[in-house]
Amino acid sequence: MAKKTFEQSMKQLEQIVQELESGDLPLEKALKKFEEGIQLSQSCTEMLDKTEKKISLLLKDPDGKPLESPFKTTEASSDAVEAGDD
Amino acid sequence: MQSPRTPQNSVYTVSRLTADIKSLIEERFPFVWITGEISNFSVPLSGHFYFTLKDDRAQISAVMFRGQNKNLKFMPEDGLSVTGLGRLSVYEPRGSYQIIFELLEPKGVGALQIAFEQLKARLSEQGLFDDKHKKPLPFLPRKIAVVTSPSGAAVQDIIHIAVRRFDTIQLFIIPVQVQGAKAEIEIADALDWLNTLDDIDVAIVARGGGSIEDLQAFNSELVARAIFNSTIPVVSAVGHETDFTIADFVADLRAPTPSAAAELVIPVKQDLFRQCLRFKNSLNVGIYNYIEKRLLAVRELSKRLADPRRGLQDMRLRVDDLTARYLRATHNFLRLRHERLHWLNERFYTHIPLTHIKKLNEKLHVLNNNILNLFKIYIKSKNFNLSEVMIKLETLNPQAILSRGYSITRTIPDAKVVKSAGSVQIGQNLEILLAKGALTCQVGGKSTDGEKNI
Repeated sequence: MAKKTFEQSMKQLEQIVQELESGDLPLEKALKKFEEGIQLSQSCTEMLDKTEKKISLLLKDPDGKPLESPFKTTEASSDAVEAGDD
Repeated sequence: MQSPRTPQNSVYTVSRLTADIKSLIEERFPFVWITGEISNFSVPLSGHFYFTLKDDRAQISAVMFRGQNKNLKFMPEDGLSVTGLGRLSVYEPRGSYQIIFELLEPKGVGALQIAFEQLKARLSEQGLFDDKHKKPLPFLPRKIAVVTSPSGAAVQDIIHIAVRRFDTIQLFIIPVQVQGAKAEIEIADALDWLNTLDDIDVAIVARGGGSIEDLQAFNSELVARAIFNSTIPVVSAVGHETDFTIADFVADLRAPTPSAAAELVIPVKQDLFRQCLRFKNSLNVGIYNYIEKRLLAVRELSKRLADPRRGLQDMRLRVDDLTARYLRATHNFLRLRHERLHWLNERFYTHIPLTHIKKLNEKLHVLNNNILNLFKIYIKSKNFNLSEVMIKLETLNPQAILSRGYSITRTIPDAKVVKSAGSVQIGQNLEILLAKGALTCQVGGKSTDGEKNI
């Protein structure tokens, strides 16, 4: 479950909803699908929640390794970036 | 100069000469790039552009038909220096030649435009623009690389849209020069490098609007190949909506502007939340309905599971009922038979032949007796009659009568008894029978009234 992308999780969730709505599943499978669906919806929500805002400059260090540094935006957004360069 | 005047070669008709010139010119100059200044520009109702292209020493008539001129990004005008691609054509009815333009650009960009068209044609031929190479964008990219100038408006537009749609999206800005000599190398290097990192889901190559010279890096083969070789999906967002660059053709998706690129790449977080929530609700409703449906089914089935005891009772009642009916029926049957037997018996005894015979015997006996008696009486009466008759018979004997003195007269020879005088003739012989003997007499007279004559 951990390695699934958001899209895969959503697709699977949608599929489970459809399967459940079709009503053809045997009871035990339906319950299992339901649990699975709830977990998927949780993990989807978490995925959305837990993304950390990060807008940074990505530079190459001399070895070709990525080097992050904060990126200054002109947006008057509340985060991180120092204000006032207008 | 003194060529022989052979008729078939030397004397042209106007048509023939013009036709030869036409084929000569049109074959020699199928397409030419030409530069010059526009004059006598006019657009009749047909929408075609007619003008003269000239330089300081010569001029040529020019046409650009509506099908081509509607794609122009500028409006030609007198005095404007332009560069264009066209083919030469001879219009025979007027004996004039002209150039028909396919492409037309303000002068100065001509060379770049040529290079652009050539590169575009070459890369297209090599299949770099083919749809089969287009990679789908990730639904929700975890990390987005933005290859652009860190100081341009494009990057700010992208960040602005990104934050608005998905406030916690991860954007990595790869700073590059987007114009100038080093631009194409930096852009291509950045793309190559991004592909060595393993957590970038999509890349946006962006630049604000500019002239064709400004966009030159995005029309370079180096950048085109870097985009083509990228395993990470690349979205191009170069210039304005109307600007098309080679990068746009190679990219997996072309966004008309940097802002649009951000919108294409980044989903709206709230939408995703809502969708997720909707699925969750559907799940809950789904499982509820599922259980409800099955509960109903169980209830329905339970109803049909009837108490077996009730069935037993019914059967017991039925057995009783049937037994009663059976007994009643049997009883009736026996009674009917019994009655019938009784009746038959009675009839049998009342009509038994013994008594009948006895009665008949008695009757016969009586009859017998009667018959005997009657017969005796009958015999007796007959005996009596007989003696009486015999007496009568005696008295009737003619002999006896004769003996008392009577006689019988008869004719001779036919012996007819004579009873009347009228029946005999006078003189006729008659026989008279007496008690003792007979006389033969002859009739002497007679009278009809007997008494007198006797």
